Amino acid sequence: MTQIRMNVNGSVESLDVEPWVSLLDALRERLGLTGPKKGCDQGACGACTVLADGLRINACLALAVQYDGSEITTIEGVAHPLQEAFVRHDGFQCGYCTPGQLCSAIGMLAEYEAGMPSAVTPPGAGAYELSESEVRERMSGNLCRCGAYNGILDAIMDVAGEEGTR
Amino acid sequence: MKPFAYVKPADVEAAIQAAAQPGARFLGGGTNLVDLMREGIEQPDTVVDVTGLPFDTVDDLPGGGLRIGALVRNSALAADRRVRERYPMLSQAVLSGASAQLRNMATVGGNLLQRTRCPYFYDHASACNKREPGRGCDALDGFNRGAAILGVSASCVAAHPSDLCVALAALDAVVELRGQDGTRRVPLTDFHRLPGDTPEVETVLAPGELVTAVELPPAPVAANSRYRKVRDRASYAFALVSVAAALEVRDGVVTDVCLALGGVAPRPWRATEAERLLVGGPADESAYRRAAEAELAGASTRRDNAFKAALATATIVATLRELSTGGDPR
Repeated sequence: MTQIRMNVNGSVESLDVEPWVSLLDALRERLGLTGPKKGCDQGACGACTVLADGLRINACLALAVQYDGSEITTIEGVAHPLQEAFVRHDGFQCGYCTPGQLCSAIGMLAEYEAGMPSAVTPPGAGAYELSESEVRERMSGNLCRCGAYNGILDAIMDVAGEEGTR
Repeated sequence: MKPFAYVKPADVEAAIQAAAQPGARFLGGGTNLVDLMREGIEQPDTVVDVTGLPFDTVDDLPGGGLRIGALVRNSALAADRRVRERYPMLSQAVLSGASAQLRNMATVGGNLLQRTRCPYFYDHASACNKREPGRGCDALDGFNRGAAILGVSASCVAAHPSDLCVALAALDAVVELRGQDGTRRVPLTDFHRLPGDTPEVETVLAPGELVTAVELPPAPVAANSRYRKVRDRASYAFALVSVAAALEVRDGVVTDVCLALGGVAPRPWRATEAERLLVGGPADESAYRRAAEAELAGASTRRDNAFKAALATATIVATLRELSTGGDPR
């Protein structure tokens, strides 16, 4: 057992965990935060996406012991215009992937603001618009089996439009 | 997941000491090792978490090169302004791999050590010489669309999955290793081994030896470089074929070129034969095609992957054409 401390959604939590416990299991099974979902449990679907020190990660491939001292945000700790935009644009059907989609989109917008390029950013680009193809590429780590991608895209574009162009 | 002991050493000597014990494995971002442990393919007794070690910066080298710490996250490497200006193919290669979530976790050192995505390697019901030496290889006559066509053996046709390593191979990167006997430096192109009859041995690392950094020599040619990846989906998929290329053309003649291939070999594949044919020759499409065909002449294809030789040839030509015109890839 290792004792770890994490700031989860603004509250400091102290946990004793075995080293093989994933961050996802620690959040769900130990802290009762079932927003992050165990979809594939192998880093392929993105349903477990949370923010660790502001960066989006797959909680299923993260060992909890590696996040000792980190600040973790799950969907339970999120209050963001994207949430209403997802409702407005039908950005979900069953809702299973939605917590991960939202945490991922929040992380994605922060990455864009910080100047992170993507695979579709033109080489040598200076300021560039967060286009639909940019958003699709940057959100490719979050799968939706209902196929709500167009609604998800519209919701993100709606909110990103208010935040302007880099 | 099989239970294991976890240690997080505060200095490199302690890390090397801890990992020298049988059954120990280094842990970086966990994106590959944790998955393999959950699948029971990796079953370490001790996991040595190296993320507390001070190898997480990108630093300038004299003459314009870069030293990339082994613990630099993939996303930080791709975003680094110097990388994007001096070695654009490297940033593009990183951004073409995995997802943003995984790139925020994965380290450079871990990327060098990631294991194949051959489906038979992951399937305990199948024979795989890499997972269980001596058991056979079901990929040879199975579904082998993703399998390698260069450098393969009768024991293994698994392709190396990395994008980042393909760019590093093209850029003459040197890997710095620290072990109980001190520090040594190995060219990236010698770091991974071809399968032969021991496909389970994938690198030249000695037990307990740790990747501490990757160094990129100055390469003015790399300012004009490109990583082009062909895959079944537009994003978040491993390469069928990828090309890392840098090109310098003067008066219609190729004066310098760096070329490496991904998705086609058990290790990142430096296309030395094509490079040799290209330098000093005309910067035109037929010369590009001849060089590409020569590189792929030794391809050994199987039932489902014969297309890879033609696809690799076409992708090399398209990438060099784009670099020589500075224009649209089509």
